[in-house]
Amino acid sequence: MKTEEYQWIEAAPVEEFPSNGGAAVLIKGEQIAIFHFSNENRWFATQNKCPHKAEMVIARGLTGDSDGHPKVVCPLHKRSFSLENGKCFSDKEYQLKTYPVKVENGMVYIGFE
Amino acid sequence: MKKIILIGNGMTGFKFCEKFVASSLRHEYELLVFGEEKHPAYDRVHLSSYYTGTQADDLYLAPSNWYLENKIHLRTNEKIVQIDRESKSVLSEQGKSYAYDILVLATGSSAFVPPINGLNKKGVFVYRTLSDIDEIKKYVPHAKKAAIIGGGLLGLEAAKAVLDDGLQTSIIEFAPRLMPRQLDDRAAEILKTTLQELDLEILLNKSTEKIIGSDKIEALQFTDGSNLKTDLLIISAGIKPRDELAKSAGLEIHPRGGILVNSRMETADPSIFAIGECVVVHEMVWGLVAPCYEMAEVLIDNLQNGSSEFLGFDLSSKLKLIGTDVASFGDAMVKDENTKTIIYENKASGIYKRLNITKDCKYLLGGILVGESEEFNLLKQVVNNKMPLPANPEDFILGARGGDSSAGIGVADLPGSAIICSCENISKENIEMAIEMDEAQTVPLIKKCTKAGTGCGGCIPMLDDILTHYLKSQGLEVRKTICEHFDYTRQELYDIIKVNEIKTFDELLKQYGKGSGCETCKPLIASLLASIWNDLIVKQDTIQDTNDRFLANIQQGGVYSVVPRVPGGEITPDKLILIGQVAKKYDLYTKITGGQRVDLFGARVDQLPIIWEELIAGGFESGHAYGKSLRTVKSCVGSTWCRFGMHDSVSFAIEIENRYKGLRSPHKLKGGVSGCVRECAEARSKDFGIIATEKGWNLFVCGNGGANPRHADLLASDLSKELVIKYLDRFLMYYIKTAEPLTRTSKWLSNLEGGLKYLQDVVINDCLSIGDKLETEMDQVLSHYKCEWTEVVKSPELRKKFRQFVNTDQKDESIKFVSLRDQKMPAK
Repeated sequence: MKTEEYQWIEAAPVEEFPSNGGAAVLIKGEQIAIFHFSNENRWFATQNKCPHKAEMVIARGLTGDSDGHPKVVCPLHKRSFSLENGKCFSDKEYQLKTYPVKVENGMVYIGFE
Repeated sequence: MKKIILIGNGMTGFKFCEKFVASSLRHEYELLVFGEEKHPAYDRVHLSSYYTGTQADDLYLAPSNWYLENKIHLRTNEKIVQIDRESKSVLSEQGKSYAYDILVLATGSSAFVPPINGLNKKGVFVYRTLSDIDEIKKYVPHAKKAAIIGGGLLGLEAAKAVLDDGLQTSIIEFAPRLMPRQLDDRAAEILKTTLQELDLEILLNKSTEKIIGSDKIEALQFTDGSNLKTDLLIISAGIKPRDELAKSAGLEIHPRGGILVNSRMETADPSIFAIGECVVVHEMVWGLVAPCYEMAEVLIDNLQNGSSEFLGFDLSSKLKLIGTDVASFGDAMVKDENTKTIIYENKASGIYKRLNITKDCKYLLGGILVGESEEFNLLKQVVNNKMPLPANPEDFILGARGGDSSAGIGVADLPGSAIICSCENISKENIEMAIEMDEAQTVPLIKKCTKAGTGCGGCIPMLDDILTHYLKSQGLEVRKTICEHFDYTRQELYDIIKVNEIKTFDELLKQYGKGSGCETCKPLIASLLASIWNDLIVKQDTIQDTNDRFLANIQQGGVYSVVPRVPGGEITPDKLILIGQVAKKYDLYTKITGGQRVDLFGARVDQLPIIWEELIAGGFESGHAYGKSLRTVKSCVGSTWCRFGMHDSVSFAIEIENRYKGLRSPHKLKGGVSGCVRECAEARSKDFGIIATEKGWNLFVCGNGGANPRHADLLASDLSKELVIKYLDRFLMYYIKTAEPLTRTSKWLSNLEGGLKYLQDVVINDCLSIGDKLETEMDQVLSHYKCEWTEVVKSPELRKKFRQFVNTDQKDESIKFVSLRDQKMPAK
């Protein structure tokens, strides 16, 4: 990840996020879903809007992995998305925007281009 | 080196390239390919996915460098305008000339546009290429209302795309029914009803005369004099072979269009061949991808001095249309004195199934499936392999009653030569070879090994069946393990959790699983943990399905509904008033449910704790409408008021509901108690139903409403209340311990070996000697009951889980409502 290309914006302290799950933040009017895989200490961020029906629910989806690739499943109609590139596993027409995440001194940051 | 020129880089053209690379031709010939679109060949079958946001290059059949790597010269954006058969060369629009030894035409087809006045107005489109979609997408923001001319496959696809984009959409069909080529009248009528329920307007028997509007489209005028206002029109009325190039070169064209070739794909010119949708062979244009692929394969073989022939092709098709399945196979609409038909129609559920069989009832000729099409693959095989029919062919569409499924014919009965994957032409034998020789013992491995299932994917369930059958025949165990993270069945996990006293998902995953879990194992294990320990589920909130995670049912727009428990449906005026006050205060849409309680819709996730705080203060508790757990025990008025009532059904229903409230199970549980045989509580449509008799109560089990209604069976009669509860404890606990995930009691019973008789043996005669144990376990689980919402409301830590955003108290402004009959509803 080329960190210098991003503008890093503070999301929330680490303890605000559930372990092995997600929560939404609002940054500059944009809703972003942040996921903490505490079992392997990895973080991911995507748009909170599900591209299928445009509802702001992705952060509330179940997380997990498919063949070792981290994913989130929309709670409304169960479409699953890769957290690595935002691609939908089941319907290739759908795509989530992803954001880089970093954690420094207990604070979670989201990178904007 | 000699030269092959291929005109056309569509799906058929690409298949030709693919087969060329795999053949010996590549040592003798150079291949030069022309495409008039700017994109290299893409998957036109999934064009609609481009509409909904897939990137164009994700639809490419191969990346641009694939051609280079395989020494194919691809020239996109270059249209060939002339063929000179004497000098054996072609001329491009850019004025360049290229010589060939062999010329292959795969020019495809274009959208058929009927002659209508005013086609040149703005807002009129066809639905055929990526750039058509680009144009439509650009125009959609200027439109409110869309019309689609053509009620066939493509037209319905286009309608779905614009409907999903929020346009009010009408479909106009010239024929008296939808999908006239695939469906008969009754099937089309069912489909029409389903589509109308989705707010699609369907206009049949309409011929469009004129497009009205000054410079952009404003309305359509039909030949019957009526009009339809619209801002956007998509014409999708069929295809027209692109034969103009062949025609100008003097090749023979079919009177109704299409380049004439023989079954070897040869034109009259020995150097020129044609394949795909641009040709007419066996007197027809083949507008599906599978037969066109077959033509490419035939031609490649013949160019290598083979003797292949295109002999026609199975035109069976199955589609997931807007909200429903539609499939037709074999001879779908045949009706003459040599055939008989079997028809099943259920207008209420939108299901229509038709089988055409020979007069002697020996063979299946074809049929139609609307609404449900699980049987499609098997039925197609029965037709294609001319398999003799069993004695009761109606079992194919009705489901076998009391015996084996699928009318006794399964994958085992298919001949080895049966083509399972028609996209890639893979037979049952090929698949069995891969399983046996290459140890491809999972479906993904079979796909990788044989390419079966990599096209449309329709055959994947059959791959699974073939694999299961093979493993069984080898004496290998077929265990329904739950997912890639746990190599155990649900029942095994139940025992593991119980014996090892495991209390959390993380612990179980660490000791018995791998990876991070998924949407299958997390809720399943959450349910097991709750069934066994009955701990507060929100403590492990992120392994719960969304409804359980937020203790409320997620609805349109991502808002939730709130359902307080009203045991037996009995409620005081004060409590009713409180529900009304809360609904009014938080502006919630209010509806009476089928389970005799009140549902409050439209609460944001952050409002849930405050709403519940007020309800709980007024004496309510969670109704568990969100859980795979006991929902309601419905009751009739009973003997306290009803002049026919034999016993007090309300008191008993309240007692039962309070006993089992909060009990987590493989699927939801519903109960009912009726005070006499009139059965006003509809208890026999529930998982358990109790009906008063002169001598006591009859206990019925495993009924179901919903999509697959089933009347409950009588488990035991004339019981005392105590015995009802004893048997219910045993029945429910046995179900919880043994059912597959997400299996309602009715399906569980129909899969239970020995059926009702065996269940009676277990519950009443205690044939397994587990009766006491089941009762004790039930007592233990129920003793841990706590109202989940009461716990959340009093814990600041748990309340924090219901924040909308973890970095601000701002509210989600994307949630919008409109008003309907004096209440709010989600805005679309």
